[in-house]
Amino acid sequence: MWIKLEPRKAPSHLALYGAPVAAIALTMLAGMVLFTLMGYRGAGAVFEIFIEPLLEPERWPDIAVKASPLVMIATGLAIGFRANVWNIGAEGQYIVGAIAGTGIALATYGIESWWVLPSMLVAGLIGGAAWAAIPALLRIRLKVSEILTSLMLTYVALQLLYYLVRGPWRDPEGYNFPQTRMFSEAETVPNLLEGTQLHWGVLLTFLAVLIAWFVMSRTLTGYQVRVVGLAPMAARLGGFHENRTVMMTMLVSGGLAGLAGIVECSATFGQLTPQFPVNYGFTAIIVAFLGRLHPIGVLIGGLALATSYIGADIAQTASALPQAATGLIQAMMLFFLLGVDLFVVNRVRLVPSVVQHAS
Amino acid sequence: MAGNITRLELKGITKRFGEVLANDGVSLAAHKGEIKALIGENGAGKSTLVKIIYGVLQADAGEIRFEGEPVIVTSPRAARRRGIGMVFQHFSLFEPMTVLENIAIGMDQALDRRTLEREVSAILAAYGLPLDIHRHVDTLSVGERQRIEIVRCLLQKPKLLIMDEPTSVLTPQEAEQLFDTLRKLAREGCTVLYISHKLNEIKALCESATILRGGRVVGECDPRVETAQRIAELMIGSELANVERGGRRKAGGPRLVVDQLSVATDEAFGTELDEISFEARAGEILGIAGVAGNGQKELMLALSGETASPAKAICLDGVAIGSLPPPARRKRGLCALPEERNGHAAVPAFSLAENTLLTARERKKLSARGVIKPGAIRDYARRVIGAFKVATTGAEAPARSLSGGNLQKFVVGREILQEPHVLVVDQPTWGVDAGASAAIRQALVDLAARGSAVILVSQDLDELLSLCDRLCVMNEGRLSRPLVVGEASIEEIGLLMGGVHGQADTSKIKVAHVD
Repeated sequence: MWIKLEPRKAPSHLALYGAPVAAIALTMLAGMVLFTLMGYRGAGAVFEIFIEPLLEPERWPDIAVKASPLVMIATGLAIGFRANVWNIGAEGQYIVGAIAGTGIALATYGIESWWVLPSMLVAGLIGGAAWAAIPALLRIRLKVSEILTSLMLTYVALQLLYYLVRGPWRDPEGYNFPQTRMFSEAETVPNLLEGTQLHWGVLLTFLAVLIAWFVMSRTLTGYQVRVVGLAPMAARLGGFHENRTVMMTMLVSGGLAGLAGIVECSATFGQLTPQFPVNYGFTAIIVAFLGRLHPIGVLIGGLALATSYIGADIAQTASALPQAATGLIQAMMLFFLLGVDLFVVNRVRLVPSVVQHAS
Repeated sequence: MAGNITRLELKGITKRFGEVLANDGVSLAAHKGEIKALIGENGAGKSTLVKIIYGVLQADAGEIRFEGEPVIVTSPRAARRRGIGMVFQHFSLFEPMTVLENIAIGMDQALDRRTLEREVSAILAAYGLPLDIHRHVDTLSVGERQRIEIVRCLLQKPKLLIMDEPTSVLTPQEAEQLFDTLRKLAREGCTVLYISHKLNEIKALCESATILRGGRVVGECDPRVETAQRIAELMIGSELANVERGGRRKAGGPRLVVDQLSVATDEAFGTELDEISFEARAGEILGIAGVAGNGQKELMLALSGETASPAKAICLDGVAIGSLPPPARRKRGLCALPEERNGHAAVPAFSLAENTLLTARERKKLSARGVIKPGAIRDYARRVIGAFKVATTGAEAPARSLSGGNLQKFVVGREILQEPHVLVVDQPTWGVDAGASAAIRQALVDLAARGSAVILVSQDLDELLSLCDRLCVMNEGRLSRPLVVGEASIEEIGLLMGGVHGQADTSKIKVAHVD
């Protein structure tokens, strides 16, 4: 007997939307087994990671704050992925967005005016977009895969960050710590709800999701992105330019990543430090796929990932789980999602391999 | 010639794909030395049936007897071992390798090079097949490539040879050569199962025919005696809808004028367009004939606007449009429908409603300021479905859920209901069943009768001769002067088409003078 995978004619809606749920369930199961084998309370740890944060209302703002950058970045990535534009370097665009915004913050030091923060946000947007424009140009002009260039530029961005906070941008009153001076009141994203971490950046993310949903489902621009991704020949007949689509989606995903970067930098850190990048740009790739590349799905996927982040913190204290468990859980989610998807788009058939006679 | 030894016998072969019964109790018998036709519309179950015989698919029920013995053919390899060979419509050849290397790769048992070369040469000589075994495949014509596939089969000394629509890509001369080979094979006792749409061919070649419709056998006949009309009726199950041409139309002034259009190609095996000039007039159907790969695809892209050309090379109603992109051309009245339905003329994953946006948004105002009008696209899709009797669950059905013929009717309808001034279509009835073909042809004729110019690119000469007023032939990126249909003979056109292989002496062609 041979095992053969055959493409299905049309995957069912149930399977399509059920796959992320199944992937999370499988992750929980595998996590349980794995943690138990490692000598922890497996079931308990998995409960703490996935369920407990949802049961405690005082943690909900934390989940929203954690989800905010993930969803913002993933919304942009999902648009690009729809067009077969594989921006893997959102982490770099996120960092450059934060750098650009911080540049404005440092330049306007001492000015307490309403326009400072908006300028920082716009700078973040432009910084991220500009960083993403490099791989876009390389693909359009020289046919270089954006997967490699965008990824490699992440490490350039990281080095740029290290150089700036250790060199020219180091806080003169910071006892030689490699970090910039703290942002002023006017340079900080305001708090949304007294007594919580919730800030206006969360609303910004929500707005981005709504706009992305409208553009992708209701406008010719969204149609263009989808046609270019699904059928490049049809796109040409329709009069849509592949290169313009590549550039546009890279600018959007880079811009949103950059915006998420400066918001996170201002709202959560209040300064630029080397500890600032925590791989949100990479985790957002998982969020985009978990959300089926749909803006609303991305919102849900981001909340799920954020829950696991918060939950992993709980499990670290409650079950003494190592910090690496967070990464493990996220990696398993993507692994199982890709695995489950294989069976959503294909079906398994057993094929006999021997010649036999009928009677 | 048919011996009375039954070589292949099928009894009650049934195969189901989900809801669809592709083969429903199919029984037939083919004798030693017989050339038997398997006729049917697309979706009638011909391909499924031969795939079962060749071991690609397994039947759900029924029995295959080969040389009197009941067998289950589990794989093509097992089929070949029994002496069943098949030449598919699409070849599996490695272009950068030589003919001999390609044959060696396809062998089930490895032979040393010398033995193989000797055997292949012997077969080529025995069947009078012209083929240079040391040539690289990418330099060969389609007909020569098909010969490689045939030689592959003949090396196995087949008792049954299945040919799946073998002439769809051949010039009339190449087809005639193929028929000679098949007749010789049959004389030597090989059974040939011949699948085709082309009734004239079947009448010329086959001694018996089994007609399939909707997965069932609906008739057996001797095609040499039966009329083509009668076979076609059996195939479709109703009176064959004749295309109403309404006599020779009076052509008006030129609508589309192409003047010395030259386009370089950036594809490795593309064809450069070389100073193409023609005009399509109001009320006429202008045919463009030629063997695939002689620049038709490039011409389509240049006319639709997918590749740019000098502005003055293409004029629509007197306006230079050569440098305009597709949407601007459509807005001015030039619609183009490429050959490939899936992924070019339509997006398979999109609903029919969403597919209207692809090419009808400008003329039908399906969007406003960049925002899609969901009601408008649904209404337009419904109008197309209604007007062209597209069998589907509705405007929200994904394009890939439609059968080839129905999707083709939909995309043709999507263009025609826009009332374009000029419509360019490439192979609109390729791989489409006879019923849908007739509807599409009628729609093209009607559009021309309303004063539009229709340019029909096709490899089906029967189609071109029955629909077109004038006909040009494409060969190696050049276009012949127009021939008036009715004055040019099939032989003339065939020779023009076959010019690639040095068989045509163009000076002999009498080109009808038209003004």
